[in-house]
Amino acid sequence: MSLTESFRQRTTPQLQLGNRFRALPRSAKWSLSALLIAALYLTPYWPDVPVLGWIINTPGTSFENVLTDQIMMFILVALGLNVVVGFAGLLDLGYVGFYAVGAYTTAVVTSGQFTLPWIAALPLSVIMAMIAGVILGTPTLRLRGDYLAIVTLGFGEIIRITANNSNWLGGPRGISKIARPPSIGPLQFGVLNAKPYWYLGFTVILIVIFVLTRLENSRVGRAWAAVREDEDAAELMGVDTFKFKLWAFAIGAAIGGLAGSLYASKVGFINPDNFQLQLSILFLAAVVLGGTGSMYGVIMGGFLVAWIPERFRGFSTRRYFVFGVVLVLVMVFRPQGIIPRRGAAAGIAKKGESDV
Amino acid sequence: MSEVLLSVDQVTMQFGGVTALDNVSLHINKGEILGLIGPNGAGKTTCFNVITGVYAPTSGTVTFDDKSLLGLKRFQITKRGIARTFQNIRLFPDMSAVENVMVGVDAHSKTSVVGAILGIPRSRREETESRERAHELLKFIGIDEYAEVAARNLPYGHQRRLEIARALGTNPKLLCLDEPAAGFNPAEKQELNELILKIRDQGYTVLLIEHDMNVVMKISDRIAVLDFGRKIAEGLPHEIRDNPDVIAAYLGVPDDAA
Repeated sequence: MSLTESFRQRTTPQLQLGNRFRALPRSAKWSLSALLIAALYLTPYWPDVPVLGWIINTPGTSFENVLTDQIMMFILVALGLNVVVGFAGLLDLGYVGFYAVGAYTTAVVTSGQFTLPWIAALPLSVIMAMIAGVILGTPTLRLRGDYLAIVTLGFGEIIRITANNSNWLGGPRGISKIARPPSIGPLQFGVLNAKPYWYLGFTVILIVIFVLTRLENSRVGRAWAAVREDEDAAELMGVDTFKFKLWAFAIGAAIGGLAGSLYASKVGFINPDNFQLQLSILFLAAVVLGGTGSMYGVIMGGFLVAWIPERFRGFSTRRYFVFGVVLVLVMVFRPQGIIPRRGAAAGIAKKGESDV
Repeated sequence: MSEVLLSVDQVTMQFGGVTALDNVSLHINKGEILGLIGPNGAGKTTCFNVITGVYAPTSGTVTFDDKSLLGLKRFQITKRGIARTFQNIRLFPDMSAVENVMVGVDAHSKTSVVGAILGIPRSRREETESRERAHELLKFIGIDEYAEVAARNLPYGHQRRLEIARALGTNPKLLCLDEPAAGFNPAEKQELNELILKIRDQGYTVLLIEHDMNVVMKISDRIAVLDFGRKIAEGLPHEIRDNPDVIAAYLGVPDDAA
């Protein structure tokens, strides 16, 4: 048995599933993906499906709202934070700050004295969050590890406290009457029906996945991974580490801002309490639980962190006990996360067995 | 007289009160293998770090291809054409062997973030070329069959070779090898010697730090010797072998002779 064969035998079941999918003919891949995407678009109807419905439904609260106000946001945020923490290896404890910048931008420009349409507010929020990322990153990305984490922690708090103390940001009372997305035909973005928000949000998630997959599989993704693995070596191999770290920060922030903007226009009302430090910790938990650096992992992580507390709402305050137990169990039995990133689990072969 | 590729002129490097390099001058000609030797703590790796921009020297200049390297960032020096390996292996452990080399090849890639997102033709072409070049280099150093294995799972000797491939990926004019034979048995050292000679014959210039005198004497075209931060000798291998200062530095001096 050659060395490479013995490495392959240590692969985890998930990755073998991934390999099996990749081995399928093109047509089968496309139809399977299309089926999966269609099923996911129909998530709001899952509680009506036997068995699955019982598992997924959130007793005592509307699953639709949990899906759009919690799960959708957590998945988007986990995807964004994963760029910073998972791809580039920069620990960010203040990610909620970018989420808040996105939400507040949408709130300020669509309610009260400015009344920009939603379609203009969304990209503006993304750009503002991105600018916030660059402003925070430029002076701080010289720091590493723990030091960066503390600085970002401070940033998240600064944003929340600034909002709390600024009248033009509504102060502690917050901002209401935030614009909703424009209704198109049967897609009515109102208060009663949350389904259209999911169709919109899931489309955004798909676009984000597409963009991030492109980046991950390019020199940009490799530069990020190199910085994560060994920053000094990366720079000596010609990687402009500062530039790529700043890009990771900016792209991560942009996705955070996107999530914040969608959240604000869904709930229609925000105040500083929506952006507590605890949220940053939960965002990070979603990334680590799902599998730092693995996009499908962090989607799973985002879903679980948002869904578990709602699923076990019947346990009253003890629902967080269930949540805690799940976190501990996953970390004990799968320290690399539920779906680990390639390379993190073992020496994984991408090609077929025949090429050795 | 052959053409000078890199020249280090009167470089002094102090860390607080410690002088790691004391007025060191040396030059490397195009296409040669220069062996840099010296006892432990002589300043060999410090010299490497000054050349590759890890440290800014306290005084003195470093000139590469007729241009000063002082004040350049590390990645800029790499793009100018100096690549290195590390005394302690510094690969990207979770990335596959081929990806490790691709990071080096990417040093000259022009693909931007936007280009990568849009998947513009140049970005696609560069991606394909980068992968092909990386495989070529893995074949050249003889570990292409491990291309998809994570670097950390490679056997030790292959990791050392992979570092060389990654450095070659940046398409350097000067390749700096910091003790590439460390931890090798005689057979592996022999293979490495052949590889380094093969690299020179491809037109690369090599700066080699090595402890093992057999390795250095066999393959170097010229040798420079450091001791306590000072250059004590420079010349052809047989000159160095017979140089009394070098022998003294390595073996010590009898009390009565000193």
